[in-house]
Amino acid sequence: MSQYPEDLRYTQDHEWARVEGDTVRVGVTSYAVRQLGDVTLVDLPAQGSKVQAHQRFGDIESVKTVSELFAPISGEVIEINPELESRPELVNESPYGEGWMLVIRPDNAADLGELLDAAGYAAHVTKIDG
Amino acid sequence: MVDFAGWDMPVQYSGILDEHRAVRERAGLFDVSHMGRLEVSGPASTQVVDSLVTQRVRELESGRAAYGFCCNDAGFILDDIIVYRLGAEEWLVICNAGNREPITSLFAETSARLGANFVDRSDATALIALQGPRARALLPEAAALKRFRVETLIVEGIPARIACTGYTGEDGFELMCDAGQVEALWKLLLRRGEGELLPAGLGARDTLRMEASLPLYGHEIDAKTRPFEAGLARFVALDKGDFLGQAALRAAAEAELPRQLVGLVMKERGIARQGYAVIDEAGEVVGEVTSGGPSPTLQQNIAMAYVPLRLSALGSSVKIQIRDKRVAAEVVAMPFYRRSK
Repeated sequence: MSQYPEDLRYTQDHEWARVEGDTVRVGVTSYAVRQLGDVTLVDLPAQGSKVQAHQRFGDIESVKTVSELFAPISGEVIEINPELESRPELVNESPYGEGWMLVIRPDNAADLGELLDAAGYAAHVTKIDG
Repeated sequence: MVDFAGWDMPVQYSGILDEHRAVRERAGLFDVSHMGRLEVSGPASTQVVDSLVTQRVRELESGRAAYGFCCNDAGFILDDIIVYRLGAEEWLVICNAGNREPITSLFAETSARLGANFVDRSDATALIALQGPRARALLPEAAALKRFRVETLIVEGIPARIACTGYTGEDGFELMCDAGQVEALWKLLLRRGEGELLPAGLGARDTLRMEASLPLYGHEIDAKTRPFEAGLARFVALDKGDFLGQAALRAAAEAELPRQLVGLVMKERGIARQGYAVIDEAGEVVGEVTSGGPSPTLQQNIAMAYVPLRLSALGSSVKIQIRDKRVAAEVVAMPFYRRSK
């Protein structure tokens, strides 16, 4: 069994993507959250903006560091998590649930096939941690 | 764990915010053994320390400590240190880990030249800091110790040099003991503090010192900074006997400050970090952030930065370049946080 949810797809940069009908919900993984520590600010793009796969769509700041967020897939941002502005700690508390960041309407849903599955992501993390 | 000047050190144990709050509300325990501990003794020892440190150390009574600087010939800061007078002819200097080599050389060479005994005690000893409003209750052995005093005391059989100093803006102590006994001392303090005392790492140490506006070498002060622009003139005794950097510091004290360290509170959403540019009303880069981050106590994002004098007045407005955005900030009084007595 993987320690990462089986129903998600993953980027090498530690974002996850969940297919919900014809849209994709995006967040960061529990591994990313552990590395970051207490999240204090999440900077997200405006609703209606376009994001590009593998390109930066925002930033996540913890007490000590700032990291870039990368889009798992190209498309239009149709929803952002309004809770994160006042409660960034949701990312720590529930990275796959209440700590979600965006909902994207993908330009081409087939692109998701390029992302890692849970086992592939787990192997990737193991490699990083040495 | 991160590498810090060659030391493996934890950034956090349970989480920076948790540890930060524990120190502000109860107590935290830090391992700060990475800092250098240098002892100078003998009849010439006072002259050695006095000639290298900006503070008035000759007048210091035994059992007292003072914060000050070692500067170079040009008056730039080599390190900020705490000097403890352990006896009439016995001194302890605590310096930063990152500056340990040059400061050790400076004290060793000056001691050799003036005929004082010099011992680097950094490896043979350890240093831990017990900080927070509950520190005094957890260390009744030192309950009578006042601010900036030092005494050798026995804690459950372990001899420790205990000073009422710290780097958090809270009441508390720093305890120096033999390296072989520090684990026992650490554990016994954690046992005494069960339920209220948390081990705390470098991350909380940084947010705590930032709220208290205590300078950090490599951030607010460095070898391109004199104490004056950092607002630290009170730790420089220009009129005492000869000391390293005195002439340059006297000249700098007469001249207009090239820039001024200020406290900033972010007025819009964004976190300023070291190295970010400070922008004036005309859109020009006029300064640089030295430290910044969230203040868990104030629940605001704070920073320290160097700005031109014309922007240093309280209430001045500046912008901070945060990636592709310019975020408004206001100059506020430091320290950001001051403990209630």
